[in-house]
Amino acid sequence: MAALRVLVGVKRVIDFAVKVRVAPGGAAVQTQGVKHSLNPFCEIALEEAVRLREAGAATEVVVATLGTKASQETLRTALAMGADRAVLAELAEGAAAGPREVAVALAALARRLQPQLVLLGKQAIDDDCNQTGQILAAILDWPQGTFASRVSLEPGAVQVQREVDGGLETLRLRLPAVLTADLRLNEPRYATLPNIMKAKKKPLEVVPAADLGVPAGPPRLRLLQLQEPPPRAGGEKVESVESLLGKLRHAGRI
Amino acid sequence: MALRAGGRWARPGSALRGRCSGPRRAGDAPRHRHLREALRKIIDKEINPFVDKWEEEGQFPAHKVFKILGQAGFLGVDKPTEYGGMGLDFSYNIAVAEELGNVRCGGIPMAIGVQAGMATPALTRFGSHELKKQFLVPTIAGDFVACLGISEDGAGSDVANIKTTAVRKGDEYVINGGKMWITSGSQADWMCLLANTSKGPPHQNKSLICLPMNLPGIHVAKKIDKLGMRSSDTAQIFFEDVRVPCKNLIGEEGKGFTYQMLQFQEERLWGVATALTPMETIIQETIDYTGQRKVFGQPVLHNQTVHFRLAELATEVELLRSLLHRAVALYVEGNDVTKFASMAKLKAGRLTREVTDSCLQFWGGMGFTNEVLVSRFYRDLRLMSIGGGTDETMLSIICKYMDILPRK
Repeated sequence: MAALRVLVGVKRVIDFAVKVRVAPGGAAVQTQGVKHSLNPFCEIALEEAVRLREAGAATEVVVATLGTKASQETLRTALAMGADRAVLAELAEGAAAGPREVAVALAALARRLQPQLVLLGKQAIDDDCNQTGQILAAILDWPQGTFASRVSLEPGAVQVQREVDGGLETLRLRLPAVLTADLRLNEPRYATLPNIMKAKKKPLEVVPAADLGVPAGPPRLRLLQLQEPPPRAGGEKVESVESLLGKLRHAGRI
Repeated sequence: MALRAGGRWARPGSALRGRCSGPRRAGDAPRHRHLREALRKIIDKEINPFVDKWEEEGQFPAHKVFKILGQAGFLGVDKPTEYGGMGLDFSYNIAVAEELGNVRCGGIPMAIGVQAGMATPALTRFGSHELKKQFLVPTIAGDFVACLGISEDGAGSDVANIKTTAVRKGDEYVINGGKMWITSGSQADWMCLLANTSKGPPHQNKSLICLPMNLPGIHVAKKIDKLGMRSSDTAQIFFEDVRVPCKNLIGEEGKGFTYQMLQFQEERLWGVATALTPMETIIQETIDYTGQRKVFGQPVLHNQTVHFRLAELATEVELLRSLLHRAVALYVEGNDVTKFASMAKLKAGRLTREVTDSCLQFWGGMGFTNEVLVSRFYRDLRLMSIGGGTDETMLSIICKYMDILPRK
């Protein structure tokens, strides 16, 4: 079978179960000592890539991330789930990296590794940008299939079923292409202990982000302020629509 | 945080506490980290959502749960790779045990302990290749549920006094007698049975036999109705002229007692490891509850007697953890850690009672209900001082090592 490499981009995020706190200063979220994990949508993207390889449709799965040294742990988890090798585009501590920077790094890796498919999660659960896949496809000038809920490879093409506002849309894209994974694409596997042990020996390459053309300048977006939502006040049940409207009017809400 | 099914406690802080294992604890080995995270996922998804139901039903589905754990590689962590194990050292076993402390009951980790660490060590070390293929491989894979048949109605601490016999007739053993307190006994596919195979000195006349549980003459007489560990089925079993091939003997005849003694250190260290996280969980849930429960206008937690006591208990938990890790490190290096393992087990038995008792008191009336975790662990962890070697047995062992046990 002709070599078909899949590049999966992943992100290390604060674990979904953590109660996030605003850090002192009010311009960032508390990350020190807080549990981090592999972004759930990235996990789904990775699972899809591994399944493609197991089905014989792909020959190699490379997982990559743009992050600090701590992201190596996340890459090891990805290797334990079945990726063949990993690349860390390493940022300095404290360097911010948004969708544009990630897309630049992945584009550089794509030019190096020549994958036929790039799989990403549709968005990260920390910033919910939903931009990286789209920007990456634009940089590479590749077709994109976002919010994928089903993926099947054909010779030279990929058929993607997308979850869109109106329902489900199916596209056929010429390879190479960029896809982003939605929730219902698959159910990620548990990393088994044998795979966790094997993952320790799989190659993990570290490349300075600057080598991939990631701009080092100040971020284009500056976070002005972060605050927790006001504590939830008690609710009130009403008996009728009229009563509801009256109360809302009285509270100045309408 | 109340039990999931109850759903009374949807408070963000406490509700999320139970799910998130938090940042890496000081002292947790980095090499165990991925193992613990992977196991935690399985616990959160496949075990904890069903614990309330299984506790009520008096049994958890061992075949189902063990298959999931077996497939993920958690039932044979320190077993040889040629039989499907991971071939890792005992510290990995202990990491599994500590992580299992996140299960919201004591019964299931206890049953996993039997499956992964108590029914199989002698078989692994002394069993024939054929016997290992027949029993060890499926046990590690999670296809067979294993149980351990040592204790009897008339012999618990006094193991040498068991009465079950396995008399050689031709190329079979004929087994008569009975066993008591058999964890997973009503679900097991096979039992690692200790029986008298000859007359003679009580420490040298016993043997370990791999006993398939579907043989005629084996009666699972009853499931014992216990104070705690209710999701783990505990059986009383009788044997009436049960015939098993002689090739099912593990190792040498007459060595059974010795073989079983050899694995006690591991069994006790495992037990201690499974008790640590529940104690921490209870302390934290007690902090969460008393932090918002007001009495006479202020949170219960603000009373010095409460927060000071919780600090004391947390201190002791850390001390016990340190002793455990020290013993495990020495054991992995090849040392005999019987004294430390016995000390740790003794302390665990007593500390679990103190932690659950003090915390239950701070919960007040709510602590006395079945809707909270503290009362379940109060019941479950009470077994620590009795099962796997009583406190009294531990004290005797320590005295022996201190050379202060009166000689007969």
